[in-house]
Amino acid sequence: MNNNKILEQKINAIGRKVPLMANGQAQIPYMGVGKYRPDGFKHAPRISTCADYPADGNKLVSDLREALIRCGLRNGMTISTHHHFRNGDLIAVQIFDIAHELGIKDLVWFPSASFPCQEVLTKYLEDGTINRIEGSMNGALGKFCSEGKMTGIGVLRSHGGRYQAVQDGEVEIDIAVIAAPTADAFGNANGVNGSAACGLLGFALADSQYADKVIVVTDNLVPFPCIPWQIQGNYVDYTVVVDRVGIPEKIISGTTEVTKSPDRLLLAEMTSQFCVEAGIVKENFSFQAGAGGTALSIGIYFAEY
Amino acid sequence: MDKIVTTGIKGKGIRSDCFITLEISESFSSGHVIDLTSKVKSLYGSSIINLCKDILNFYEIKNAHLFVEDSGALPFVIAARLEAAIKMLIYTDKEYLLPFLAENKYKKFKDSRRFSRLYLPGNTPSLMINAGIHKPDGVILDLEDAVAPTKKYEARFLVRNALRNIDFYGAERMVRINQMPMGIEDLNYIVPHNVNLILLPKCESAAQIHLLEENIEKIKTKHGIVNTIFIMPIIESALGVINAYEIAKSSPNVVSLAIGLEDYTADICTKRTNEGLESFFARSMVVNAARAAGIQPIDSVFSDISDMEALKVNVLKSKALGFDGMGCIHPRQIIVIHENYAPDDVEIEKAKKIVKAFLEANEKGLGVVALGSKMIDPPVVKRAEKTIQIAINTGKISLNWREEDEQQ
Repeated sequence: MNNNKILEQKINAIGRKVPLMANGQAQIPYMGVGKYRPDGFKHAPRISTCADYPADGNKLVSDLREALIRCGLRNGMTISTHHHFRNGDLIAVQIFDIAHELGIKDLVWFPSASFPCQEVLTKYLEDGTINRIEGSMNGALGKFCSEGKMTGIGVLRSHGGRYQAVQDGEVEIDIAVIAAPTADAFGNANGVNGSAACGLLGFALADSQYADKVIVVTDNLVPFPCIPWQIQGNYVDYTVVVDRVGIPEKIISGTTEVTKSPDRLLLAEMTSQFCVEAGIVKENFSFQAGAGGTALSIGIYFAEY
Repeated sequence: MDKIVTTGIKGKGIRSDCFITLEISESFSSGHVIDLTSKVKSLYGSSIINLCKDILNFYEIKNAHLFVEDSGALPFVIAARLEAAIKMLIYTDKEYLLPFLAENKYKKFKDSRRFSRLYLPGNTPSLMINAGIHKPDGVILDLEDAVAPTKKYEARFLVRNALRNIDFYGAERMVRINQMPMGIEDLNYIVPHNVNLILLPKCESAAQIHLLEENIEKIKTKHGIVNTIFIMPIIESALGVINAYEIAKSSPNVVSLAIGLEDYTADICTKRTNEGLESFFARSMVVNAARAAGIQPIDSVFSDISDMEALKVNVLKSKALGFDGMGCIHPRQIIVIHENYAPDDVEIEKAKKIVKAFLEANEKGLGVVALGSKMIDPPVVKRAEKTIQIAINTGKISLNWREEDEQQ
């Protein structure tokens, strides 16, 4: 581990020694349930003006490289991506290929999760294009971090914690690149239509609202307005059309297959029974299952009910 | 003696097990050298090493080179693997036993329900550990066909420790021993550890049961054990089928008679089909022999674990032939087996009417029971009572079904 990473530490409420600074930012040690009260205002992006956008609302630029340059890509910026394509993502790696070509250094990659398809980014962690990842670090990327090879300190957040960190300005996103299965030229976008449909784009929602600059990348450009839209064009600065944004077949990665383990199926069955007896399972009710074979299998038992 | 032995299993996909490499030599002078690889080394490394040291010291081994390749083994597994390795190198009567889990001291009865019995390979700890949560009527720790011939010796230690240290949550604790005479040696590892029932494979005569019981008794006397150990002979050959009745009544401890169709169909030079015409005679013989002896007839396993619909059809057929239960090889089969051996709604309603009529006739002091214009014979009443009892036991009706029915 680099010596500059060893900083002043404090014992938190559950007796664990934690650093008071990480990546130059002050950290708040855990104080116990309900003990910490945040203060201040929600983060807000800079005001933009219609004077900077075409009068017809067409924000299309030639390619991702052009969009990143127009967003003012420079050293030290924080770039966010979402993981709705899971292991079928085709955009995140392109961003850093472009940054590398442009000689940009010390970027912070802020994905909502990383996957094996992004393993190649280790070369940019090594050559200094990327300073650190703030988000999940799995597989080869995780190994790279665990071995202390990453220049900056990795920061792991829960998905909810990530959303909160964006809203509260703990992480200031300079450029959000949102891969969208369907979008219009104004930037309205959804994840449910198009050949690369991946479902919802919820993880990109906060990024679209709070990032300083927002790029929507799509392979299915539709005439304005794109209906339905989950990403609102009002927040979007540039739109880009590519051949392919993602491979939907690869959304089913290791953590999104229904389990075959009888023990885990039993857990799922008991969980579903619990929900039924708690009276929350009704016709047309909605529920969210986390990734992971056990959680996903609960749906089977709801269907049987 | 500079022999190196190995026990246990390692490799990709192996869980809850460990692989032991052990060498004991007078020429080692530095005491024990223990190496450990484990994914959980930072959390459990010292406890694993301490357990190994304790076992080596228990056997008064001074100088050992031990390499433990752990894949998440629980202490009872590590202890079984290391004890087996030690006993491959030195002769000793001592047994290294972890404390017997208090939850495991329960008894079973002659007429305990035996709808389902889940086979668990005797050398595969990962399948044993959570078996009880699926609520089979019985779990079978299998020392016979599910264990590779080269692993038979070490499997005995694992099965013994599993009987002592795994909570099977009330399932009948069964062990399938090896065929006679090899099965006799298995008894030392199970009889003293509250095995509820022993399955004897390839049983062909009452004499085999008598031999088995003699040996069980010897061990019981030696260890001062008073619990009854039940026996379930498995009929798997033409000779076994022909001798089914003498086997069924060979001992009061024989509580059920099972049939194994894979071996049986091979023995009569045919193959097993889904229709089962080739085994109709044998199955009927087993049902009749068991019923004649007043014990439970138990059917063979259904081997397609992915087809629950076919399993259901199979169970209903089996029930119609007169069987009381069957084996299973996957936990997901248990619920299908239980639901379909249990009486269905039509059977329950009919049984209720018969039992009610019987009770009413008794209350009125009538000697003859009639339902509508039909006379009801005592065996019909008896069967109806049994149906009601099973319906209560399987939660299909409540214990107070009669009062509840009257209130409606």
